Amino acid sequence: MEAASLPAALELAAGGGAGLSPEKRAVLGASLLLLQRDYRFERVWFWGCIQGVRGVYYIAEGLGPDRAAPRSRLYSLNCVEWSLLPPATEEMVARAEQLKGRFQGDPSFEYEYTEINAEDAERLFEDGKEPMIKEESRLVATIEQIDRAVGIIPRGAFVKTPLGSVRENRNFEGLSLTEAKKLSSYFHFTEPVNLKNKTLLEKADLDPSTDFLDSLEHDIPQGSWTVQLEKGGTVVVLRSLLWLGLTFYHVPMTKQYGYVYFGTGEKNLDLPFML
Amino acid sequence: QHGHGPYQPHEPGYGLYQPGYSPYDDQIPDPASRMLAIQNAKAYLLKSSTTSGLNLYDHLANMLTKILDEQPINAVDVIENISKDVKWAQFQKKMDTLRDEHEILPTFEAAEKCKALFLKANGEGDEELEEEIGETPLPNVMETAFYFEQAGIGLSKDESYHILLALKKLISVQPIQTCRFWGKILGLEMNYIIAEVQYHEGEEEEETEEEEVIEEGAKGMGEVEDEDENKEKEDELPKSTYKPPPVIPKEENGTGANKYVYFVCNEPGKPWVKLPPVTPAQIVCARKIKKFFTGRLDAPIVSFPPFPGNEANYLRAQIARISAGTQISPIGFYQFAEEEGDEEEEGGGGRDTYEENPDFQPLSVAEMVGSLSTWVHHGQSILKQGRCVWLNPFQKSEEEEEDDVEEEKAEEPNELQQEIGPPLLTPLSEDEGIQNIPAWTAEASTNLIPQYAVAILQSNRWPGAYAFASGKKFDNIYFGWGHKYSPENHTPALPAAVQAEYPSGPEVAETRDPTLEEELALKAAREEALAAAEEEEEEEDVEDDEEDEDD
Repeated sequence: MEAASLPAALELAAGGGAGLSPEKRAVLGASLLLLQRDYRFERVWFWGCIQGVRGVYYIAEGLGPDRAAPRSRLYSLNCVEWSLLPPATEEMVARAEQLKGRFQGDPSFEYEYTEINAEDAERLFEDGKEPMIKEESRLVATIEQIDRAVGIIPRGAFVKTPLGSVRENRNFEGLSLTEAKKLSSYFHFTEPVNLKNKTLLEKADLDPSTDFLDSLEHDIPQGSWTVQLEKGGTVVVLRSLLWLGLTFYHVPMTKQYGYVYFGTGEKNLDLPFML
Repeated sequence: QHGHGPYQPHEPGYGLYQPGYSPYDDQIPDPASRMLAIQNAKAYLLKSSTTSGLNLYDHLANMLTKILDEQPINAVDVIENISKDVKWAQFQKKMDTLRDEHEILPTFEAAEKCKALFLKANGEGDEELEEEIGETPLPNVMETAFYFEQAGIGLSKDESYHILLALKKLISVQPIQTCRFWGKILGLEMNYIIAEVQYHEGEEEEETEEEEVIEEGAKGMGEVEDEDENKEKEDELPKSTYKPPPVIPKEENGTGANKYVYFVCNEPGKPWVKLPPVTPAQIVCARKIKKFFTGRLDAPIVSFPPFPGNEANYLRAQIARISAGTQISPIGFYQFAEEEGDEEEEGGGGRDTYEENPDFQPLSVAEMVGSLSTWVHHGQSILKQGRCVWLNPFQKSEEEEEDDVEEEKAEEPNELQQEIGPPLLTPLSEDEGIQNIPAWTAEASTNLIPQYAVAILQSNRWPGAYAFASGKKFDNIYFGWGHKYSPENHTPALPAAVQAEYPSGPEVAETRDPTLEEELALKAAREEALAAAEEEEEEEDVEDDEEDEDD
């Protein structure tokens, strides 16, 4: 969610019972602004928080002029001092996927591998590295996975300029109520995967300036999103069932939208059994 | 005087034709033809489109008017959108004459319901108000929400207030002694808001009628079956030796897992629905399945093992499990009542009632957060059987023993061992963790202002269960999806082993059909036997005749 609209956004996304204390809200207002100044971000998003057993990680993302470029991610344990996280690599993501269980709350905590292939073990020993992974890497990988899998925006909120960079659409007035209830009006804000698999007929209907991302309706498994109208039908709230804790809100016919994650940072692998 | 020469620096021929030196300069432009050219251009611009009826001249005029009125930044970058908007606006005006009614959005209806919450009920006079202010079962939801908000837990203030008003409505309708906002469970289509309630003594609705009817029906069936068996004793079908495990009866309303009654509604403003009491079978099954709630109480639960009930029962079972595992209070707040009877009377099951301690001295926040032994469970834990107080299902009353002495004695399985759970008011330090994670995470709401900090506990076994304590006040709440945490993936129960078929014996086993040789041999043997028998008969007949002749 945008740092500028944080208080109002937290009220809209509070249906799940998770939010921020007044103290954190107050300090975030100031510290996110300072982040914008120090790192020269054009936009700062409060991404959410990951609850560890002994502490909580607060995550912020900074965006540059091209909104679709890889975002810089920062974490903090107290919302006052922020540390930049290293960019996520595929290897990091693959290694972190094997880890299970809660986050500990200490960025320097090291996990030991419980199950690795014999090949990986050999390779690691050759490199001289031990089969340990730091919680910081796991944090980076988890945030990347969550953004890739369930970071969403309404259709039309961003446009792709002819030069290829992505910017906010100044003419976006919000989705209508009927559109807002459909999953096809929301896109994953990440590199599209399914776009090229569409048939030519479907592609002909797309508008290349706004439809350059994957929509939600083909997500596997079907039904991994819940769409609800809250506050008497004035706010559309989407919750992901794959990453429990991700909440997306949008007030139809206005420009207010955003997503935030309040959770433990664990993927819900039992989803097919639970539907 | 340039004519229609190149105007842009990058176009070819720019700057070549200076005024007075262009190739057409010797042709003196005829003012009339100039005017004609202008008129032609304007006529072209004014030409109406065949498809939309607009013309370019008007459209450009409207667009430029709009731009000059609004003065957007970087207008040239968004000029296409502005053009589209102007065209859109054109069409909208035409449609206005057709639309007479305003659209009735579903949001308006919801707002109506919300507004109804805020209106005072009819017939509420001043006298009633005075009574209410004294002691009301209405919980102070806003106060609890304030304390939880210090930790970042809770719904938005609007929603909390709506819930408070909805609870007020519930209390005015039902005879309720105590009421508490238990929490919110999220679902796929709709969410549940749950209130935990205790009725006044003796005012509970009698729901036992339904159960009696069902039991009588079952007995009737048994009688009919017996009659059939007597008739068919000759060709008895093989009787199944399967005896289903005995059904463990649910606990009485007001005790154990059914201590509280729960009301749910989807949104404040919608009517409250009472959840049925929970049976041990439902709890045992709920432990084995993991399903999302849809938000509709009558939705079926499709699962294996098959859940005995619909979503209302599953919801009630999960609420029972969560309450049993996460209802905690600071130590000393509740104490056991002074009882005259001994523990023997209760069958060794331990005490199951508690009362508030009038001499409760609250501990400081640092102590509450520092160690888990300063908190105790006041929710009775549920045994493996599915009840809070263990019941031996094979114990029979005297009447039943007389009837079933013959049948049952032969097949009593091994006696079940009595299950004992942790007694009431055990401290949290006895709670088992999961792998290397403790069962609870305790922290103070703020480290900057310790004087006014609130102690907050989060459950790691049931993510979403929270408790706070500040001075003499404490409360529990649940916000979540209603499932237990397990680091391992959920493994559904495997189907039962294939049951043994009827034991094979000679009367059931198929034998081989006889071959032709065997049949012929048999036939020959029979004929011989028949011939031998005829000879004997003839001899006998002769003898008989001889005897007759003698007489």
